[in-house]
Amino acid sequence: MKKPELLVTPSSVDDIERLSEAGADAFLVGEEHFGLRLAGEFKREDVKESIKIAHAKNKKVYVAMNALYHNDRVEDLADYIAFLQLVEADAIVFGDPAVLMTVKEVAPNMKLHWNTETTATNWYTCNYWGRKGAKRAVLAREINLDAVLETKEHAEVEIEVQIHGMTSMFQSKRMLIGNYYRYQGKNLKIERHGKEEALYLYDPERDNRYPIFEDVNGTHIMSPNDICMIDELDELLDAEIDSVKIEGILKSPDYNEKVVSLYRKAIDVYTENPDEYFNIKDNLYAEIEAIQPKNRKLDTGFFFKETVY
Amino acid sequence: MAIENISTVKDGKRVIVKKPELLAPAGNLEKLKIAVRYGADAVYIGGQEFGLRSNADNFSIEEMREGVEFARQYGAKIYVTTNIYAHNENMDGLEEYLQAIEDAGVTGIIVADPLIIETCKRVAPRLEVHLSTQQSVTNWKAVQFWKEEGLDRVVLARETSHEEIKQIKEHVDVEIESFIHGAMCISYSGRCVLSNHMTARDSNRGGCCQSCRWDYDLMKQTDDANYPDIPMFSEQDAPFAMSPKDLNLILSIPKMIDIGIDCLKIEGRMKSIHYVATVVSVYRKVIDAYCEDPDHFEVKKEWIDELDKCANRDTAPAFYEGTPGYQEQMYGNHSKKTNYVFAGLVLDYDTQTGIATIQQRNHFKPGDKIEFFGPDIQGFSQTAGTIWDDSGNEIDAARHPLQIVKMKVDQQVFPYNMMRKELKWQ
Ligand code: SF4
Repeated sequence: MKKPELLVTPSSVDDIERLSEAGADAFLVGEEHFGLRLAGEFKREDVKESIKIAHAKNKKVYVAMNALYHNDRVEDLADYIAFLQLVEADAIVFGDPAVLMTVKEVAPNMKLHWNTETTATNWYTCNYWGRKGAKRAVLAREINLDAVLETKEHAEVEIEVQIHGMTSMFQSKRMLIGNYYRYQGKNLKIERHGKEEALYLYDPERDNRYPIFEDVNGTHIMSPNDICMIDELDELLDAEIDSVKIEGILKSPDYNEKVVSLYRKAIDVYTENPDEYFNIKDNLYAEIEAIQPKNRKLDTGFFFKETVY
Repeated sequence: MAIENISTVKDGKRVIVKKPELLAPAGNLEKLKIAVRYGADAVYIGGQEFGLRSNADNFSIEEMREGVEFARQYGAKIYVTTNIYAHNENMDGLEEYLQAIEDAGVTGIIVADPLIIETCKRVAPRLEVHLSTQQSVTNWKAVQFWKEEGLDRVVLARETSHEEIKQIKEHVDVEIESFIHGAMCISYSGRCVLSNHMTARDSNRGGCCQSCRWDYDLMKQTDDANYPDIPMFSEQDAPFAMSPKDLNLILSIPKMIDIGIDCLKIEGRMKSIHYVATVVSVYRKVIDAYCEDPDHFEVKKEWIDELDKCANRDTAPAFYEGTPGYQEQMYGNHSKKTNYVFAGLVLDYDTQTGIATIQQRNHFKPGDKIEFFGPDIQGFSQTAGTIWDDSGNEIDAARHPLQIVKMKVDQQVFPYNMMRKELKWQ
């Protein structure tokens, strides 16, 4: 059985070493000027350094360029892509077709992963972006396990699926936290309310807490629970999903390191001895549960949930 | 690339030669006909499948055909929205559906998902394909991509400004459509799954339950599990909400025409015929007046007031005129009281007696302040006089929905003119 790539989002260059040791195969990094909702801010030097460390360990580094660009930022794309080519990034993650067009112009051999987060909902569309040049599609979190498996069956591109952590639910271009403060009459100077402020929206009806933060791309709202599929990996691994992702945003390096090592174990055990996986999976789950931060429950996202419309 | 010539000089006076298409929504045949009669150049409708707004009234193929035939008499076009992001399970029946739409004589479809774009090009090539705002296209290079993919028109993200749209028009030669009026998402379209998470309803397949407009408590988390989290509001503050004011670009229409935007779009397939008629007729007047004499044009106060008569939320120009601040959101009470209600639809008018036949749409009675408007009259107001039922008996009020009544009116009216009643709030 083929092992999937274990992909994680580090929060700093220092994490690359630690998470590699813990068993990660690949990293997604980037800066908010080009990418969305990153676990850490990696300026060019950091990207370069990360790639150096990772490549020495035979690991891959992908760079996020999946923001929605307005005209003013389109001008910056070519230079950044040329830089990523120079430092030998392993792939660029894009959502906006402006990136795809620019890659064709300046770095035609650069690998592309398609990730808009919410719109990769059927296999045909994954293959469409494949025909346009993407090597991989990152599936929307809002489809269920059967749909994931069916998509993998029909896919002509690699398929990446998030199996752990927080997911994004919402992006507005407006500064919604700042606007609320100004409406209240406080905080009259314009400033962004970033991830470090640990703000969340409380929904009393569902007793849910949705993390919220602002950056140059606007306001982001995140899911109230963390996906945790560590005890449900068998079907995904049987289907030979190409890459499974642990989202590290808004988590400590210690937490991410531990989680990566547990998933590493789960994947290795299952691919070598499936029966043994079924013996240990509840313990693996319990180990994650034990380190969950305040206010973060675990669930299985949409893998076993139906949506209606 | 320069923006093509928008105006020319005729008899010593500048006139606009490139008039944008005025595109209106319609949730059913009645609304479609009203939109066309009141001046829409094109109308977009939803079919029974593959469109967002799963709870709006939607058109059967037969109704589409009837709509197309009606619109054709006025030189108007019909587009069908098929703008869901399909899941695997939604793929069945797509080909037959697109062929049926094409057969019905529809001009084009409005699409977000490449699955539907490519299927349409393959099985229903006579249909124009317009890229939906659900794709959130925000820059010229993305527009260029979709043009090269063979799309006939791109509907831009509502987050684009005047300056940005101008640059897009300068860079790419493809039809651009932009929203001018109506409700909107506070997120980038297609990038919100709040409903999915909160109520298991898929917003990108039309199931959105507007979770963004609910009230929330903005809290700050403390690191220590033993300390409670901190509320970021005080007792007297309204709760955190993300309810945007509705879009209203009446004042920006001249600028939009000047940069050559090809189509100006009104939102609202769920809105009433009164709403559609009011909004379409006002924008019709604005566009026509500006195009006829751009150098002496002014937005009339009566047009602005007229738009206000069908608004149940406050309005603002949003991103077209810069980045919207807190004044363009609503906290606490999200709706506003309307001062007018749609009271009746004119069916007939007797020039001899000056008596109109009216279909009741809301309660009215003698003494009420009412006003009439329509595409072929100057709006006027009067006080309602004696009302008779259809057998000629005097009645004290028109109380029954769709009841046919007669009443004397001060000026000539025509079928499909509308009557509103002014509401008096204590
Ligand atoms: S919840 Fe609000 S922002 Fe999200 S899709 Fe619905 S209306 Fe749009």
